[in-house]
Amino acid sequence: MRLRRVNPIKEILRPLGQLLIFVIGSAVIISAFVLLLALLLRPTRTDIDIFQVSLILLPQVLIDGITLGFMYAIIAMGYTMVYGVLEFINFAHGEFVMFGAFAGVELLIWLNAQGVLRTSEMWLALLWLVLAVLLGMSVGGALAVSAERFAYRPLRGTPRLVPLIAAIGVSFLLQDTMRFLQSAINGDFYRTFPEFGPFAQRLTLFSLSIDERPINIAVQYKAILLISFAIIMLVALNYLVNATRLGKAIRSVAQDQRTASLMGIDVNRIIALTFLIGGAMGGAAGVLWTFRFTRADPYMGFIPGLKAFTAAVLGGIGSIVGAMLGGMVLGLLESFAASYFSIFSRGAFGAEYKDIFAFGILILVLIFRPQGLLGGKTTQKA
Amino acid sequence: MSAPVLELINVNTYYGKIHALKGVSLTVEQGEIVTLIGSNGAGKTTTLRTISGLLRPRQGDIRLNGVSTLTLPPHKIVEKGVGHVPEGRGIFPALTVLENLEMGAFLVRDSAEIDRRLALVFSIFPRLQERMHQRGGTLSGGEQQMLAIGRALMQLPAILLLDEPSMGLAPLLVEEIFNIIRKLNSEQGTTILLVEQNAQAALQIANRAYVLETGRILMSGPAQELLHDPRIIEAYLGL
Repeated sequence: MRLRRVNPIKEILRPLGQLLIFVIGSAVIISAFVLLLALLLRPTRTDIDIFQVSLILLPQVLIDGITLGFMYAIIAMGYTMVYGVLEFINFAHGEFVMFGAFAGVELLIWLNAQGVLRTSEMWLALLWLVLAVLLGMSVGGALAVSAERFAYRPLRGTPRLVPLIAAIGVSFLLQDTMRFLQSAINGDFYRTFPEFGPFAQRLTLFSLSIDERPINIAVQYKAILLISFAIIMLVALNYLVNATRLGKAIRSVAQDQRTASLMGIDVNRIIALTFLIGGAMGGAAGVLWTFRFTRADPYMGFIPGLKAFTAAVLGGIGSIVGAMLGGMVLGLLESFAASYFSIFSRGAFGAEYKDIFAFGILILVLIFRPQGLLGGKTTQKA
Repeated sequence: MSAPVLELINVNTYYGKIHALKGVSLTVEQGEIVTLIGSNGAGKTTTLRTISGLLRPRQGDIRLNGVSTLTLPPHKIVEKGVGHVPEGRGIFPALTVLENLEMGAFLVRDSAEIDRRLALVFSIFPRLQERMHQRGGTLSGGEQQMLAIGRALMQLPAILLLDEPSMGLAPLLVEEIFNIIRKLNSEQGTTILLVEQNAQAALQIANRAYVLETGRILMSGPAQELLHDPRIIEAYLGL
């Protein structure tokens, strides 16, 4: 009867493999499409060689897109897991991201004031960063659990629209609470991520020359770190859900709450735990987001939250694997749009139109494939 | 004499404003099969859900081996030994048969013990062993019912609550399921509270019976007596 034991190594390798396929797959498809378009447009353009420009931009666009994709993927986990167990879309999730971001940034600003951040040593700087991420996770997780306990749980069993509106209320409440706190304490409502460590340095991957011009393909340590953090979190989450007793409880609650409780599972605890996990990943994403884009402000969670939600819907809401795929596709599309829109349209459309893609996709998916790319039913394994 | 395995004392349960159970009292003694019969909407399922804590009574008391379970949530009541096979079976369709059975032993952490219980369930339901790796949702109705009962047995419950095990099954399968229920009781000594619309079949295997109508216990007594009671024959046996 040993057949039912899970193989831990397989459970770690499987999500890794899936991520690899998603990253490479969506990168190749989108790149091929853009390059083909550039090739077709080439004869119409006399000002620049559009194909060559596209090619030169490509590596950086890919790296940015993949980084962004991972961020969306970890934020999307919060939406998709909560949806999986409750069929409820927690529109306040972006605010957990924002609170996590502020927690991490405040810690780093404080550390900076103590003078401990002024180090150029990688491992030490990394330690502080990990500390900030962990604090962001705790704050995001604690906030998610409180929101569930005090705002959503009392509304369970009411029509679906009721908790949804409550979530929007929680979202506004949290935004303005943070704005008030920051204004009262710091006089300004936003905070800047302190510069520290050698994260901005670039690691040159390879050089190539196009028309005698040397092009260095380089990655910032920052991007490598962001991607590594995200991979660790996604793999850990997959392992938790698919290979542990707790994960089994989460999956059974997602499938059938009443029967799960008849199996001796404390459904309320599992739901709270789902919020905790989602909120913690959101909080971590917040810290990483400010690490990347340097600014934390009370409204920062809104748009990334909506996009991560789109990613979750795109992949098939309720599915963890789907959210990873959706996040990656969305991140890459956005990065491509931001870079290539203005080139392809002779400057008529700038990078600011990139959001059209995210939300256009949301509408298209909802019309033509509401179950998402990978979604069959909402509550399947992984 | 020791306290009955299960005792309901004047239980009143409401769905919002609807008074679903109006002072239901019943007892189930160790080793008995007790059946609760009644027509649709009489409150049979409500009674079982109240026992397992899915619904809270507004009045009355429920005792397991003499101890009140009124304040306990469902998962604690499971721990106290109530195995509830819900209406519609409640199979996890995406999990395999084996995983479904394992869910039944969720509270057991000792894997050797889980194996022992699995062996027991497979000895009672050899069909489940054949279908071990099939998804729960792909089983036939009868097999799903076996799985639901088997899963509850993984808890080694002090009392097994069966909610309409014959629902939606062909007559031949109904007979098979009822044979298994009888065997569970006689061979494993499982105490059973059986809720059924199929009064004939239920009364034939039960020791005692209660008749529930619009939330009230109308009659009770030894199953054999009720089986021959003209009022029962007219109202429920349709002869």
